[in-house]
Amino acid sequence: MNLKTLVWRELAERPSAMLTSTLTILLGVTALVAIRHVTVFSEREVGQQLQSLGANVLVLPKDATLQDYYSADLTERTLPESHVASILLENLPGVERLSPKLCVSAKVANRDVTLTGILPQSEFQAKAAWQSVSLFSNKHEGCKKAACGPKTYDAAPESLASERTIDQLKDNEAIIGADVAEFSALKPGQTVELFGEKLQVLAVLPRTGTVDDSRVFAHLHTVQRLTNAGEVVNAIEVMGCCEDAAGGLVPKLAELLPDAKVVTISQVVSTQVGINRLMSQMSLFVLGILVIVGGASVASTISSNVRERRREVGTLMALGATPSLVTRMFLLKAWTLGIVGAVGGSVLGLIVAMVLGAHWAGVTVKPLPGLIALSIGAALVITTLAALWPARSAAKLDPCCCFQEV
Amino acid sequence: MFHLQDITKVYRRRQEEVVAFKAASLDIGLGEYVAVVGPSGSGKTTLLSMLGGMLSPDTGKVWFEGESLYDLPVTARTQRRRERIGFVFQTFNLVPYLTALENVQVPLFLHGVSKSEQRDRAVALLEQVGLGNRVEHKPSELSTGQQQRVALARTLANNPRLILADEPTGNLDPDSREAVLSMFDNFVREGRTIVMVTHDPGAAARASRRLCLNDGMLVMPEESRTTKAA
Repeated sequence: MNLKTLVWRELAERPSAMLTSTLTILLGVTALVAIRHVTVFSEREVGQQLQSLGANVLVLPKDATLQDYYSADLTERTLPESHVASILLENLPGVERLSPKLCVSAKVANRDVTLTGILPQSEFQAKAAWQSVSLFSNKHEGCKKAACGPKTYDAAPESLASERTIDQLKDNEAIIGADVAEFSALKPGQTVELFGEKLQVLAVLPRTGTVDDSRVFAHLHTVQRLTNAGEVVNAIEVMGCCEDAAGGLVPKLAELLPDAKVVTISQVVSTQVGINRLMSQMSLFVLGILVIVGGASVASTISSNVRERRREVGTLMALGATPSLVTRMFLLKAWTLGIVGAVGGSVLGLIVAMVLGAHWAGVTVKPLPGLIALSIGAALVITTLAALWPARSAAKLDPCCCFQEV
Repeated sequence: MFHLQDITKVYRRRQEEVVAFKAASLDIGLGEYVAVVGPSGSGKTTLLSMLGGMLSPDTGKVWFEGESLYDLPVTARTQRRRERIGFVFQTFNLVPYLTALENVQVPLFLHGVSKSEQRDRAVALLEQVGLGNRVEHKPSELSTGQQQRVALARTLANNPRLILADEPTGNLDPDSREAVLSMFDNFVREGRTIVMVTHDPGAAARASRRLCLNDGMLVMPEESRTTKAA
């Protein structure tokens, strides 16, 4: 016999009396764990998306929408290519790379694809040298990046998938997305015919799960020539050296290019960020509910348990139980409720997050041990605080109540 | 064992004061078998509670084995109760969700006795009261007489020097009543002390001394000082 046995025997004998409190805590923790898990992984997903997008700032035609850009990249609205040179010559602090793009519809193996003209970075280097500009070496104030400045432009063409830019690309070369390669059975070294001209496949991009998989990338000037588009682009992606660069670049670019729309990538994912913020606030709300409802439920359950057990407590005190032991006895009951509710809620919340996270936010959720530990800790703190007053009142019971007749 | 000096205990309810117990002086010696008798509400249980260190008097002192009981801190009073006093209740006060064995183990656990020793001693005590074959039974699975015997085993668990009994035979059939009173006789025979509140004249007659209470006052406190043998 010990204190744990004493408490456990009672809970095992009458589990229904404690069920409501346990359920309240369980549901609160379930909601908390589920929402926080989905939020955390959704935030990570957004962060990864931003990272994979690469560009911090987009320069678009004035009347183009972000949806135009991200849905198909196809728009008849264009910008003069000379804007690229304007940005380059301005040598704006924080700009690390530029990637002007022109997108048009094309057919490969009788399937619709998006032909995207891009300008390789090596040409910027040549242009900068010709115009005596120190290429992309101007750090912005408070830049977190260790080094900024001249680089070698010799990355593999497949890096286009992750970097959004390509270092080297000749006029007669093309890089194809994974879907295009699959349905056209094209491999590096073979040729792809576009607008009646054969381009050599330089590389096949790894699958990204984005619209890039159904693109064919070619040199910007080749695409302009083949489509008779003239010296225009649909968008200029501006890669800042670090996350903080975007904020400072937008007003400067807007001032430099008054006929263009300048947006940050964070605006593109603003909806998802907004949902994440809402879910984050929702988790605080759930925590509040857990504190109020869970705490009140535990306090009510322990209080009523103390009332029901007055005579028993009196008897234990008559037999030599100290007030501190009586307090611990009721706190242990509350902790048992808290632990069962919190552990059950964590498991359930995790399952809910893993199952529904994919549907709600399109994210893969994995257990976050720190978050689970925090939720269990919060539940235990709440149950302790809620049970403290009734437990202390039990310790102050008049032991003479053991003499009262039933 | 006990010396009560200028004791008053008053209950106040709705601006009314009721003297629950009042005694200028009362001594209870070691080895005495005291029956406290009197009508309901006469202060018997109040006296028992004060002797048990559970109810402090408004005035006066309760000396227990040379110590002023209510000048001790609560923990020390609890310790005295745990180590020296056993209680017997009219309705047994067994913990309903514990087995007979576990009920007897409770005071041993409170005394800090190891688990294995708790079990050995509890089994021995239950066998002593004739319930060796009922150790795993819960109170609801036992007759009232068996429940009181479990309660007696619990009382004896910490080998107390004093038993404070509140109507110990009130709810019992004649056989069980006799078993309890026989156990009390043996307890006193070992030189230990019993203070028993009772309405049962037969039980009171077996005590060596009788204290009559009426409206909280001791009436003829020295009356009936007899020995059990007499």
